[in-house]
Amino acid sequence: MNTEEFQAIYIMWLRQMKRFIRSRSRLVATIVQPLFFLVILGSGLRSAVMPGMVGDDYLAFLAPGIIAMAILFSSMFTGISVLWDKQFGFLQEVLVAPVSRFSIIMGRTLGGATTALIQGFIILFIAFSLGIPIAGISGLLLTIAFMVLLSFTAVGFGLVLASKLENFQGFQIVMNLIIMPLLFISSAFFPIATNPDIPNIIAKLSFFNPLFYAVDGIRGSLTGINNVVNPLIDFVIVLVICIFMLGLGSYLFSKSEV
Amino acid sequence: MGDRILEIIKTNNLTKKFNGFTAVDHISFSVREGEIFGFLGPNGAGKTTTIKMLTTLLYPTEGSAELSGFDVIKKRDKVRKHIGVVFQEPALDTELTGRENLDFHARIYGLDKDNRKKRAAEVLKLVNLEGKKDVLVKKYSGGMKRRLEIARGLMHYPTVLFLDEPTLGLDTQTRRAIWEYIKKMNKEEKTTIFLTTHYMDEADYLCDRVGIIDHGKILVIDSTTSLKNAVGNDVITLSCSDLDELGKRLGDESWIKNIKQHDTFLTLGVKKGEEKIPVVFEIARSLNIKIKSISVRKPTLDDVFLHFTGRTMRGQEERNTGRESRPPIFRSRRR
Repeated sequence: MNTEEFQAIYIMWLRQMKRFIRSRSRLVATIVQPLFFLVILGSGLRSAVMPGMVGDDYLAFLAPGIIAMAILFSSMFTGISVLWDKQFGFLQEVLVAPVSRFSIIMGRTLGGATTALIQGFIILFIAFSLGIPIAGISGLLLTIAFMVLLSFTAVGFGLVLASKLENFQGFQIVMNLIIMPLLFISSAFFPIATNPDIPNIIAKLSFFNPLFYAVDGIRGSLTGINNVVNPLIDFVIVLVICIFMLGLGSYLFSKSEV
Repeated sequence: MGDRILEIIKTNNLTKKFNGFTAVDHISFSVREGEIFGFLGPNGAGKTTTIKMLTTLLYPTEGSAELSGFDVIKKRDKVRKHIGVVFQEPALDTELTGRENLDFHARIYGLDKDNRKKRAAEVLKLVNLEGKKDVLVKKYSGGMKRRLEIARGLMHYPTVLFLDEPTLGLDTQTRRAIWEYIKKMNKEEKTTIFLTTHYMDEADYLCDRVGIIDHGKILVIDSTTSLKNAVGNDVITLSCSDLDELGKRLGDESWIKNIKQHDTFLTLGVKKGEEKIPVVFEIARSLNIKIKSISVRKPTLDDVFLHFTGRTMRGQEERNTGRESRPPIFRSRRR
């Protein structure tokens, strides 16, 4: 790869950063929503006893789920925002430039991942300040690795949607019919696999939910309690899903004509 | 390869089909170095599709095209380096400033740091946007956006600049200004310009040569002057009580360069039109035909379009929206 391709990746990334910093309403909205979940829901139910939950700190259970949710939403938004570029014509400017589509995707993915990680870290710090327990330094590093993988995966998924959907109505439907159910059976908010009240079929289904492994992995590496699968196994699964999703997203994007 | 390429764009039977509909139908033409070349035709004639093929955004179904000697299919990256494109719809990032849009473009085209700065200042000056360069593009007016896009298209010193309907949706004053900028960059930067338009006056004012395109086919390519001369030095338009009769009679007159009968009027291409009006009256009276109105004027590209397609652009626009309902009689009159 020559320097021009790196230039292209860099400027695509820089553009995402500038847009992110300038759209303050988006910045506030994407941080405030998970914050409400964490602070209000988490504090309100902190001493509640959840079926299937180990320990008595619901906030510590919830925090990994909210971190995953914040990263998921933010990254998907980046992927899907290709639709905006398409509608506002800017995509043509990018596609007619003498750089490979791969660099365009790379820049966009890195940009989206960076913004998502910034948001993820903000939630993480707030969770720390609310006093959730930490398993250790290596666990923390693994958590960050999970966050990176999850954001790449979600950008990839957003790119897949952007190349398949015609408009934003479709995006709303996908959010309500796919993302929300996936989030609910990902154990982000409450235990699924270990929960005696959950129908067996749903508990089984949750193991086919890619999001489950990301949430479970973050939980296992960050707090070390209440995870169902070994975090390292989670990591391998999430890595495979990430490569697949990013590959599919790039492929579909490179096929798209303006 | 030794001699200079004088033909910057060259196409050979270039064709694009979309699900059986032929948008561009075996067109072959060339654009010379340094000229302003225009594609004139109604909406849906195939102008934008042609531009998208020449700028590597669409693959041709058939045929080939070369740009600065590079094949648009096989040498996409080389072609892309040599062209600047201003699309029909604005393609700016409105959340960035004018300067940042230019910088984005310069980097993605691989300009180094010094060049980026120098060139941005140059092109901003060319389109008179120096004072607005640090304003977010979403605060720009339509005309300013267009100017910025033209400036951006020039950033990487392209050999050819493509302008797809450069003044669509702009007011008269802004259009004039854009025209001046286009002329200026053609002259000062020696950039070859390929533009499409459905405005007659635009093609007339800007273009050295014009290709008239309709239903995906090029009907004629020539300089605007020759095109107008083909119609006649003057055009007489008249309506009368019996178009068929008068038309037939006038068809025998040798001084009439060409004659066309339309739905409600006749057009005659003649020399010294004002002297011919009495003659026409004379002939009409001898046939007992009453002339309702008559006018003489210099031919415009409207007349040229009418001459080659048998209808006005406006008529064509309406027809394009209701393609199926085209009356069969209209078809026969085209030839």
